[in-house]
Amino acid sequence: MTVRPEYDELTIGVVALQGSFAKHAFAMGKLGIKSRAVREPGDLKLIDALILPGGESTTMTLLLEEEGLWEPMNEVLETMPVFGTCAGAILLGQQVDDERVRCFNKIDYKAERNAYGRQIESFSTSLVIPSIIDHDFHAIFIRAPKFREIKPSVMSLAVFGADPVLMRQDNVLVASFHPELTEDSGIHKYFVDEIVLNSR
Amino acid sequence: MTNELFEVKTGLAEMLKGGVIMDVTTPQQAEIAEQAGAVAVMALERIPADIRKDGGIARASDPRMIKEIQKTVSIPVMAKCRIGHFAEAQILEALEIDYIDESEVLTPADEANHIWKHDFKTPFVCGATNLAEALRRIGEGAALIRTKGEPGTGNIVEAVRHMRTITTEMANLSTLRTDELMAAAKNMGAPFHLVAQVAKTGKLPVPNFSAGGIATPADASLMMQLGAETIFVGSGIFKSEDSEAMAKAIVQAATFYDKPEKLAEISDGLGKAMKGLDMLEINPEDRMQDRGW
Repeated sequence: MTVRPEYDELTIGVVALQGSFAKHAFAMGKLGIKSRAVREPGDLKLIDALILPGGESTTMTLLLEEEGLWEPMNEVLETMPVFGTCAGAILLGQQVDDERVRCFNKIDYKAERNAYGRQIESFSTSLVIPSIIDHDFHAIFIRAPKFREIKPSVMSLAVFGADPVLMRQDNVLVASFHPELTEDSGIHKYFVDEIVLNSR
Repeated sequence: MTNELFEVKTGLAEMLKGGVIMDVTTPQQAEIAEQAGAVAVMALERIPADIRKDGGIARASDPRMIKEIQKTVSIPVMAKCRIGHFAEAQILEALEIDYIDESEVLTPADEANHIWKHDFKTPFVCGATNLAEALRRIGEGAALIRTKGEPGTGNIVEAVRHMRTITTEMANLSTLRTDELMAAAKNMGAPFHLVAQVAKTGKLPVPNFSAGGIATPADASLMMQLGAETIFVGSGIFKSEDSEAMAKAIVQAATFYDKPEKLAEISDGLGKAMKGLDMLEINPEDRMQDRGW
């Protein structure tokens, strides 16, 4: 994989309150890109883009509010590129079927938590993502959400069955699966090359 | 078993990282746990401190009680089965429990064999007091390891011992030459391929959590600083003076475990933690951590 010289100037923030944040930081490291754990409002000033990892969306909502991160994050996300996986994708949507989860309303859909069922229904599969990666992507779905009432403003980049599982709306990229859990950094690279660098 | 199933099993553990898993015995407690920010709950009939006090045989929980807790919360629900009791595990799988804990807190059903966990689609967490024990459980299919700190005591000393032992033993393995690994596997009594993998990577092939004796935010911080990736709290929450405040505080401590100023704030005015037990007050034959091997 080629390391682009522009990568040196980038710092990708990873919200590190709970969940698979270390795996996202590792994926960025593999691309030769610096990452920074975001746990306090001040951290938001030191980053070029943000990743909202997988984890439990109820726990994350609580910690985001408790730490005074929710409002400042909502503000920077007006312009800052963001990549959300699973719980992260839920938080970035307009609404979710659980009042304890507070959404940032940055991408136009409604999320349904654990839509495939409990852990016993979790699975992995091969996805074709033609516009991004020239090979099949091994995708791991853990108690994954589904998305409803997806507006035309949202571009679907990959589907599983009839459901969009990788989507983009302007500077917002979301996956209902976990690209951070596999060795393949292709989707992380797409986020940086096509969204983060293009927005500068 | 395929690797693809195993990565789905460990995948859920990855999502629980940096969080707190709380023991609950009623839907009301499950709700308090979820409101406080627990990443998962462990549904059981009695918390370890009461099992210790009551004596008798401790078995897997009544499915009705588990189902009520499943209905109450949207976070993952775990439940315990007895060591070696694969029929209890099959029942928990039929209930679609998210993680099965083959636990020393319950009375063991088999003194020779643990459950062959590869046969299940549901992931398992198992306790370990040292590296060899952890690798034997992973060899049987455990997708998550936790320390086996003495349950129901509110005393962190044993969890610390287990975590330090596992970490030191992993560090020692990584100094060995390849031609020394088979002898190491023989001496440890652990599967060779897993010994070789730890020697190469310096870490467990599955997430490493901590359980047993955690009663305060400082305890959570201590275990995280020693290498735990997530905290199980059993009796520590619902045996404390103000359960809601304690639950919330331990959740925050798991995130800010390396920020002492923050921990000072979090720990401020929490009320009494559970009373706890000194290890000397426990008869050797009552030590739960010695159950299983």
